Amino acid sequence: MSKKEQDLQEVVEQAIAQQKVPHVKIKGIDPHSIDIARLTKPSKETRQERWGKGLTALAILLIGILIVSIIGFVGSHGLATFFTDKVNIFHFLFSTDWNPSAGPNHVGAAAMIVTSFAVTLLAALIATPFAIAVALFMTEYESGKKANLLQSVMELLVGIPSVVYGFLGLTVVVPAVRTVFGGTGFGILTATLILFVMVLPTITSLTVDAFKAVPKELRKSSAALGATQWQTIYHVVLRAARARIMTAIIFGMARAFGEALAVQMAIGNAVLMPYNLVSPAATLTSQLTSQMGNTVMGTLPNNALWSLALLLLIMSLVFNFLVHLIGKKS
Amino acid sequence: MTNIMEAQNVKLSYGKFEALHGISLNFPEKQLTALIGPSGCGKSTFLRCLNRMNDDIDNINITGKILLEGKDIYRAKLDLVALRKKVGMVFQQPTPFPFPVYDNVAYGLRVAGVKDKQLIDQRVEESLKQAAIWDETKDNLQRNAQEFSGGQQQRICIARALAVRPEVVLLDEPTSALDPISSAEIEETLMGLKKKYTFIMVTHNLQQASRVSDQVAFLMDGELIESGPTEQMFLAPKKEITSNYLNGRFG
Repeated sequence: MSKKEQDLQEVVEQAIAQQKVPHVKIKGIDPHSIDIARLTKPSKETRQERWGKGLTALAILLIGILIVSIIGFVGSHGLATFFTDKVNIFHFLFSTDWNPSAGPNHVGAAAMIVTSFAVTLLAALIATPFAIAVALFMTEYESGKKANLLQSVMELLVGIPSVVYGFLGLTVVVPAVRTVFGGTGFGILTATLILFVMVLPTITSLTVDAFKAVPKELRKSSAALGATQWQTIYHVVLRAARARIMTAIIFGMARAFGEALAVQMAIGNAVLMPYNLVSPAATLTSQLTSQMGNTVMGTLPNNALWSLALLLLIMSLVFNFLVHLIGKKS
Repeated sequence: MTNIMEAQNVKLSYGKFEALHGISLNFPEKQLTALIGPSGCGKSTFLRCLNRMNDDIDNINITGKILLEGKDIYRAKLDLVALRKKVGMVFQQPTPFPFPVYDNVAYGLRVAGVKDKQLIDQRVEESLKQAAIWDETKDNLQRNAQEFSGGQQQRICIARALAVRPEVVLLDEPTSALDPISSAEIEETLMGLKKKYTFIMVTHNLQQASRVSDQVAFLMDGELIESGPTEQMFLAPKKEITSNYLNGRFG
């Protein structure tokens, strides 16, 4: 017997000797009937517990490695533009001269950065009021069948593949914009209109969650103070849901910023600083999708594309960071 | 003593289920009436009839009359907003809005269209003083009301209800979500306010009813069993079932 088992045996013997309630007999429990070996070994449940923890840890480890290697790969190639090919980082961020095959002095991504932000902000700006209106309708004015129907429609919008949106945009929105505003029909406006439909369900469903998270008691209290339903919505519900609505908008913006295919089909793909909303332009993502087949791995044009990818990655981190910041603040 | 509110044969049903079977009860002005009774007896439902908070429930049907200063609050063309300014309400859970104390208390005035900053300032201070929460809030009126303790939040809610100068304040178990010390503070606040306002309070706490109320109404199964001055109800109830309930034999 090990020291530990001896200790245990002693404790059991002592407990029986000192039994203070004599009329209760601890039947069947004497030092010899206790299976010390069984008590000191992990039970089946304990082993299961260890297995479970082990499996989850393993899964997390694998995903962790995956994430680190993605960031590492994009980072190393993206940074190679600056360290191997000696492109000035300020030139990359602020110059509009984009022709990487002509050498390191022609790797300016400013036009694409500006266009990416323009379509993202405009799409969010147009989509947010509609999203809030739809969400209000679904939570405050109608609940039940009409709200459920609207919910399904929104889910359907999420499910439509982006290439279909792009195709629709190319066939319907591009000619419409051309007819109404002139130009080629390709450009920021067209991309914005397509992105508006694509981010609408994202912002709406998160805004619905935001409104649902506002306690019913607050609405009742407001009504009990003589507020009309609209006053309650405007002064209490919107105010209480403000942080979550901001989060919804940022998620929508992240989606718009990262959308590639539909934008590429509608924006015109000319790496030029947009001088109005209907001039052909290119976003970071559209340039990546349209050019990635045309460059050779390891060359400057290829590295330059990786730099665009790195920029996208950093922006998505920034969006996530903003969401966390807002979550912490509220 | 005048009655500020009178309920006359109030019946309420959800679909086919009748929850209140004809309740007639008078509420004297500047007194605190406690509604007591076992869970599910309809006392909270009845209370919510008094400022028409039941209106938006599906399939609800309310008959009978509830008079406020002699006029039926269920008459056609009644202005709900005006009614709720006269009959305020404080809920079981403290429900401060997620913004500064000042804006919370000013809320009722602002939704009523009051723009006069001076009047609002004055009312906010007065109401917070009346609800005995001024000392704890005067230096941080801009602090989010939800950051205060439960008892303080409830007193902020009372101040918020008082800011529009209601005739009647309905209290739906205002202390049941609070600890004993906060409850005692709220009770003290109510005792001080009784001279100025009419209160109608639902409570599960019989000792509380005996301490703060002037009149007690005992409800059971949607029926008003007995009502009367507090002392008489507790010392010499007319019906045996009232006596049994008040002595804790059931409930």
